[in-house]
Parts: sequence; C-alpha cells; structure tokens
Amino acid sequence: MAVLTYREALNRAMTEEMEKDPNIFLMGEEVGHYEGAYKVSQGMLAKFGEKRVIDTPISENGFAGVGIGAAMVGLRPIIEFMTWNFSLVAIDQIINSAAKMNYMSAGQFPIPIVFRGAGGAGGRLAAQHSQSFESWYAHIPGLKVLAPYTPADAYGLLKTSIRDNNPTIFIESEVLYGSKGEVPEGEFSIPMGKADIKREGTQLTIVSWSRALMYVLPAAEKLAKEGISVEVLDLRSIRPLDEEAILASVRKTNRALIVEEGWNVAGFGAQVAYLIQKDAFDYLDCPVERITQEDVPMPYAANLERSSLPSEEKIINKVRSMIK
Amino acid sequence: MSQPKTKKETQDLFELYRQMLLIRRFEEASAKAYSMGKIGGFCHLYIGQEAVGVGAISALEEKDYIVSTYRDHGHALARGLEPKSLMAELFGKKTGIVSGNGGSMHFFDKKKNFMGGHGIVGGHISLAAGIAYASKYREDQAVTLCFFGEGAANIGSFHEGMNLAAIWKLPLVMICENNHYAMGTPEYRALSVKDVSVRAAAYDIARDHIEGDEVRKVRDHVKVAVERARRGEGPTLMEISTYRFRGHSMSDPAKYRTKEELEKYKQGDPLIKAEKDLIGSGWATEDLSKLDETIAKQIEEAVDFAEKSEEPPLGWLYKHVYAENV
Repeated sequence: MAVLTYREALNRAMTEEMEKDPNIFLMGEEVGHYEGAYKVSQGMLAKFGEKRVIDTPISENGFAGVGIGAAMVGLRPIIEFMTWNFSLVAIDQIINSAAKMNYMSAGQFPIPIVFRGAGGAGGRLAAQHSQSFESWYAHIPGLKVLAPYTPADAYGLLKTSIRDNNPTIFIESEVLYGSKGEVPEGEFSIPMGKADIKREGTQLTIVSWSRALMYVLPAAEKLAKEGISVEVLDLRSIRPLDEEAILASVRKTNRALIVEEGWNVAGFGAQVAYLIQKDAFDYLDCPVERITQEDVPMPYAANLERSSLPSEEKIINKVRSMIK
Repeated sequence: MSQPKTKKETQDLFELYRQMLLIRRFEEASAKAYSMGKIGGFCHLYIGQEAVGVGAISALEEKDYIVSTYRDHGHALARGLEPKSLMAELFGKKTGIVSGNGGSMHFFDKKKNFMGGHGIVGGHISLAAGIAYASKYREDQAVTLCFFGEGAANIGSFHEGMNLAAIWKLPLVMICENNHYAMGTPEYRALSVKDVSVRAAAYDIARDHIEGDEVRKVRDHVKVAVERARRGEGPTLMEISTYRFRGHSMSDPAKYRTKEELEKYKQGDPLIKAEKDLIGSGWATEDLSKLDETIAKQIEEAVDFAEKSEEPPLGWLYKHVYAENV
C-alpha cells in the first residue's frame, strides 16, 4: 500500500478522473501556473494544459457562477476555493444557483460540480482565515457536504464527488494537507453517507470529522489507558449523514459526545445530538454532550487560539465527567 | 428603420409582431388571473418591453442559449416556449414548464436552450458567462444571450462576469434592458453612468446602445453582437432602452413615476409602432385583427388548460432536490 499525503491523494483523484473524462476541468485562483496555493494541483497544468486547468482572477462569485453555468450544459467543473473563507463571496451562487437549479428546473438542469478547497481552523490565521463552514453548507437542501480526515478518504470521496451529479461541498482541512496515510493501490471510491469507525469502543461514542479527529483519536488512546473504552466515529460525510452508524454506535455505548471545530450555536453537532435523543433516547445513560470551538471569532495569539479550539484535554475531561 | 420596404421585410415584421402580440396578450391574461388570486408569488410583467426580447431572441439560432431574469415571461414566449405550459406554471400546476417548482420567476426549458429565469438580481450574469465558457470549451459555436436590467449593472456579479467574459473572450451578448427603474429606484439615483454600455470600456469589450421601441432595429443590432461573438471576438455589452408600462411587479402601483411620463412612453408603444409599420407597408388591417383573434383564442386556451390542470402530487415535494446518479 502506498503512503500518500492528503494533498497527493487529492491530486491523484482529480488527475485520474480528468484523464477519463474530458468534460472535467479544474478552475480557481492559482491552480495552474502556481500549482495550487496549497499545491494540491501540482503538475496538473503541465499534464492537462491551460484549457483544463484554469487560473482565474480573484473573483469567487464570478468563477463559481461560471462553473455552475458550465455544469448546466454538461461540463463537470471542479472549482477550487483557495480557502472556504473566500467562498462566502460566492455563497449566493452556491446556495441560490448550484443548490437550487435542479429543483427549480424540475430536473432539467442537474449541476455536477465540486467546490473544494481548504477549510477549518488554520495555524494562527486569525478571524477571517480560520473558520469551519460545514454547518453553513449542510443547512442547504441540494448540496452534499464532505469533510475527509485521512488521505485514503480524501482520495475515495473526491472521486465520488466528481462523479456525482449534484453540487458537492468538499472541505479539506488546511492543516491536514501534509499528513500522511496509507492509500490502497489501484482505483477505488468511497460512497457518500458512510461513516467510518476509527476506533472501536464500548463505553462512549465520540462523533467527529476532519481535523477535530486529531484531538479525538489521541484522547481516546489516553482514555483507554485509564480503562475507558471510547468508540470514535468519523462521519466523513456531513450531508448525506450516516444516521444508522451514529445510532448503532450510541445504542452500543449508551453515551455520545460530538467534537467539532465549528461554533456551537446552530452547529452541525446540534443536528447529530437531536438525532441521537430522538432515535436512541432510551439507550442514553447521560445527556449528549458537545465540544466545539468557543463562541468567538478565531483569535491570533497562540494561547488564545489553542484555548478556543477542541483539545485532547477538553475531550478527556468531558469523557471522564460523562463516564463517572 | 420603421416601415418595411420589401415583402420579405414585411413578413419578417409580421412574425415579430405576432410574437410581441402573443406576449402582450399573455401578460394581460396573467394580470387578470393574478388579480383573481389564481397566480401567486411575484409576477413581473413584460408589457412595454416586448420589442427588446422579441427582437434580440430573433437574432439567435436554435443552438444558442438564453439566460433570463425574474421578468422572464416575454423572453420565454419569444423563444417559442408554449403559452400553455407557461400559464400552467404560473398557476402552479403539474403541467407547468417546471411542474410547479418554479412559478413566474423560474421558467426553464432545456429543449429550447432556455436556461432559466433567475431571481437574484444580477446573479445570473456569471452563470451566462459559464454557459458561454462551455461553448468555448467545446467549440460548439453557440452564443449565449443574457438579459438583465439596469439595476443589475451595479452588483458584483455583473462586474465579475464581464471581466471573466472579457479576459476569456467568451461568446456572450449582454443585454441591459434599461427600463429606467430598479423596482422603485430611478436609474439616476443608482447608476454612476447614463448609459450602462459605456461600462464596456472598463473591460475593453464592444458596446452598443439603442432605443428598444423598434423590433427589427433591435434584431439587427443584436445580430451584429451575436455574429461578433460567434466569430470568437468576445462579448458585447449592449444597452437597449425601454419602458415597462406596469409596475415592477403586480403588487407595485408605481407611484414613483408621473402619469405624464407613462403617457409619453405609451406613445412609443413598440406594438403600436410595429402595427403602424405593417399597415403602412400595405398589409390589410383585417389581417392584423384576425391575428389578434387567433392569439386571443390561443391565450384563452392556455388559461383554460392551466385552470383545468391538476396540482402537482404531494409525492413530488422531494423530487428533484437531488439529481440521480446514473
């Protein structure tokens, strides 16, 4: 099995799909000559040429719209947002055009498009460059929302997204691009709406996704040494949501904690908590808990940034309090 | 331009007049049905602007694309969409052009390359650039025509769409239907320029500006832009000056403008102008009244069809939220 970085896995998925289908193109700021702000599209301009790897001016609203228009007539664009923070100036196009077009046109104009790029908390990037928007996009019917954690998932889910006939919000984690993981040889894809059990356990389920797992997994490890058995579920796919996997795990462990990098108020974890209390209420031994980013814009100072985010320590303390 | 000089020109004008009259009668019937509570939501009528849509769309070929605004009834009819399915859409019936999912602002017809009425002012401009982008990508020689109002010329999507179309030389014809009011805001309070087309200079692309009361003149000017786009010479920004005789939508009494102003514009009614030109060219007036009867009957049938059609089944509520993956 090959060991790839997260960015290499994404690159491989796009390259393989573009080799197969001439309708696919990659468009965004610095994706071509610069080879990607985070080097995800390294080598792709040389391979596919300027027709299919297209540098845009800084105009997210404009090129998101261009991608949607092109998708209306059968092309399959991959639109890279340098970061999801910049997607906010394109949010009208994503929500009012991409997500609604198939419905408004009664199925005449499906929008097979992938919007992808770096998201989540960054390393001391402060308030405007360090935010998690899964909850925002997951709110919208017509969109699919994915947030892979491992290189293998990034590869398999990006392939599925490119092949999907719907607009997909593919949120990569800014700090995971260099992370390494085993990616099986040969081609494979991973279906949307399938969570992955990252660690089996019996006493408590932690539901999480993307970079938050960087805190969750070591915490679960440490808790195991204390004799507390935690099951870790990586959602991977926020919408569609693997409700069955969440419920099955909670019915087994009887306790649930949701850990996310986004804010608490109206965050996606609230939806998961609602699901658990609705369909697994009788199995619960304690209230469902959440650990999220603190309810503040991201601070710059290293200590404040750290304290605003989920951490191993917060997770360990919360789990202990739920188990006792 | 005015009166046609040859038989061919007369026939051309007659067909354009027929389309304009169809739109006028369709809109009058829509207004009536709206006031009877049979049409819901917003309903933006096109009365007064017919020469723009009809003239511009007649300059296109079948393979070309049209992207429209929330004021899309006229554009759809000019493109040859069926009055029956459009009226049924306004009535929210399953036989509507988008089976009751869209209503007045969201007509779509893939078969006719009618790429939608879009409800966010100016948001559709970059979509149009995208459709034109796909034509360039595929080298299919199709041109995209995008309508928008002067109110849309101040939104970011307009500028971003124009800039992208310009740098990539997209086959796009941008038509600003300047009816002088963005809802209730007159243009002089909102636009930094008197003529939207001068903004073409900012993108170094071709521009044109005409009055929109003579349908053949509109067609001929748009044709020049369409051919330029088809030759690969990039986009054109046109302003076609026009006027809506009704309010912004059915719920707008249009108190922001004077009766005198409205009367002045009604003197230049594109329909009456075309009628006069036809009569002056030697067409018997009886032919035109016969046409009116035929169209009246067509509209009556459309309303009747809409009335009698069923509402969409409740089981369709979730249909089309997501496209199926084959």
